[in-house]
Amino acid sequence: MEFFLVQTLNGISYGLLLFMLSSGLTLVFSLMGVLNFAHASFYMLGAYFAYQVSAKIGFWPALVIAPVLVGAIGMLVERWGLRTVHRYGHVAELLFTFGLAYLIDEAVHLVWGRSSVEYRVPPDLDGPLFTIFTSQYPIYRGFMMLVSVAMLVSIWLALTRTRIGLVIQAALTHPQTVEALGHNVPRVFMLVFGGGAALAGLAGVIGGNAFVTEPGMAAAVGPIIFVIVVVGGMGSLAGAFIASLLIGCLQTFAVALDWSLGGITVSQAAPVLPYLLMVLLLIFRPRGLMGTREG
Amino acid sequence: MKYQPLNLARWVLWSATAVVFLIAPHIFTKSFALTMMTQMGAFIIFALAYNMLLGQGGMLSFGHAVYSGLGAYITVHALNLVGKGSFYIPVPLLPLVGGLAGLAFGMLFGYVTTKRAGTTFALISLGIGEMVFACVLMFPGFFGGEAGISTNRVVGKPFLGLTFGPAIQVYYLVAFWCFACMAAMFALTQTPLGRMANAVRDNPERAEFVGYNTQHVRFLQLVLSSFFAGVSGGLSCINFEIVSAENVSAIRSGGVLLATFIGGVPFFFGPIIGAIVFIFFVVALSGFTKAWLLYLGLFFLLMVLYVPGGIASLVLMQLPVIRARRFGELAWPYCLAASASLVALAGLVGVVEMVYHLSDVSGGTQMALAGVGFDARSGLAWLVFSVLLAAGLVALRYALRFVSERWGMIQAELQAKAAA
Repeated sequence: MEFFLVQTLNGISYGLLLFMLSSGLTLVFSLMGVLNFAHASFYMLGAYFAYQVSAKIGFWPALVIAPVLVGAIGMLVERWGLRTVHRYGHVAELLFTFGLAYLIDEAVHLVWGRSSVEYRVPPDLDGPLFTIFTSQYPIYRGFMMLVSVAMLVSIWLALTRTRIGLVIQAALTHPQTVEALGHNVPRVFMLVFGGGAALAGLAGVIGGNAFVTEPGMAAAVGPIIFVIVVVGGMGSLAGAFIASLLIGCLQTFAVALDWSLGGITVSQAAPVLPYLLMVLLLIFRPRGLMGTREG
Repeated sequence: MKYQPLNLARWVLWSATAVVFLIAPHIFTKSFALTMMTQMGAFIIFALAYNMLLGQGGMLSFGHAVYSGLGAYITVHALNLVGKGSFYIPVPLLPLVGGLAGLAFGMLFGYVTTKRAGTTFALISLGIGEMVFACVLMFPGFFGGEAGISTNRVVGKPFLGLTFGPAIQVYYLVAFWCFACMAAMFALTQTPLGRMANAVRDNPERAEFVGYNTQHVRFLQLVLSSFFAGVSGGLSCINFEIVSAENVSAIRSGGVLLATFIGGVPFFFGPIIGAIVFIFFVVALSGFTKAWLLYLGLFFLLMVLYVPGGIASLVLMQLPVIRARRFGELAWPYCLAASASLVALAGLVGVVEMVYHLSDVSGGTQMALAGVGFDARSGLAWLVFSVLLAAGLVALRYALRFVSERWGMIQAELQAKAAA
């Protein structure tokens, strides 16, 4: 019971972190039709910026500054890169972000070296939050959940209750009409892309010290969030939410279990499970959990 | 039989290719060049196979190394079994084993990946690639874990007097397979299946209305492409005598995508150019600088942004101008643009190399570029290289404007002449 509770909490906090990443990806995809391959690289940039800023002026300013910086980079990328390749179609956009991921990964090697950096949990958040039976639950895990939930609620409020949110939603389905009403749709796209990047950056700030900040972190988490997007159904936020929690819990439980099946323990098989889930889902429900049918 | 005029240019081109394959090792005689050309041959097959998906079928795959890698694994096991004497296959036919393995895995995974097209296909192929990579590390008994499985290609009795010990024999083996696969893949583009793949790429809805199952066409195209990828994997296994997890990794899948795109996706021969350039980047440049991946990524991004048709499109664009005997007018603008980009490149290389040097200062801050030694911390060096970069970029801007003006003028005149 104790094991189950602790693992569920861990799984949910990891799942929420994954959702912070996949929500940005899904928002950008559903609005612009662009699948941002460099999304995980923005996540990594967020972690590295936070490491740099928190080394100078502390963790709390970093929590704000790093996502803003990543968001600014995202906007620059949209303005000077994506907008240029937009006329060549979606495949070219995907290829552009793919090349960008290469470039960001190499730039991180260039600036911060090839080994991991010491980005630690701040001392105010170090320690146990509460005790379940005999094991202590760290404050930082709770803080991660708090930040993700706060972020999700504010996105939801911003999208449904503010003027810019309404414009974004309208631009999703009727870009020409929105443009005719006098809104600058390309600028809306730029904001959305920057916003998606900033979300990834924020996830990097709180995920970088919970796990490890190293040049391989983008490659480690990138495929997982793409799997989440496929499993949840392309462009569906609700689907991404369910898939994130599902895969977060799946991986957390699988790593901790040591049941053996044909000479391989479940924890050894853990890295394969999300992909296996994707394959199974594609065989039995090709459009994903909440996706709409497409040709 | 329908009447077809003899396509003389095609025959000349293919014969010339065969001759190049034959005489290349006699022109570039260094052993370094020979290993590079052998790798190029294997990679050309891989890139062409990849373009069967991306260029001809419109399927952007992020996990094509799965098929070449698994083909290589099966080949290495077959080669080891031949070495033990369990059964006998002559070494030159081993790539066929790799190809059949690729084909089998293509049928297995292709069933899942080709269910969707477009962006979703790209993501699923990425997921399959990651899954296979994780599996390779999970079963060290069969796949040899991180270290991989090594082998020895000199086994059994010599085939027609060839032992495949010397590198030159391996080169000719790769060259033979490369030429055969090139011809086969070109022939495939001319078949009804090849044409239907184009139709499914361009307009899946209409292809369905004509009565074809687009999923089935994608599946067939993927399976055939996996076969050639497997052949390429088998050849690289014979060449390197080792197969490791790197062979199925996302790095290799990304590499073939980069190579194919840089060469030119819309043209059959584009990936051949791309493979040659790519292997040159990987083998030659990685010996000189640690930042080669950065240069490659930058090169790729520039191609995506400004030359979506790849190097092949740049070459083909010149043909009408050359045919009209007006290339001379473009020579001067091209020279200007080339020298401006060289200046910018020099500045960029300087800045990047200095940053790289400073990221690891354990060996001191002294460094050398092109035989000139300087301190990576000195302000003068930074100033020189930044000025070079900025000046080169500004000059390039003006030079490109000059090129496009001249180009537009010639095109307009050619069109007017054609209309008249």
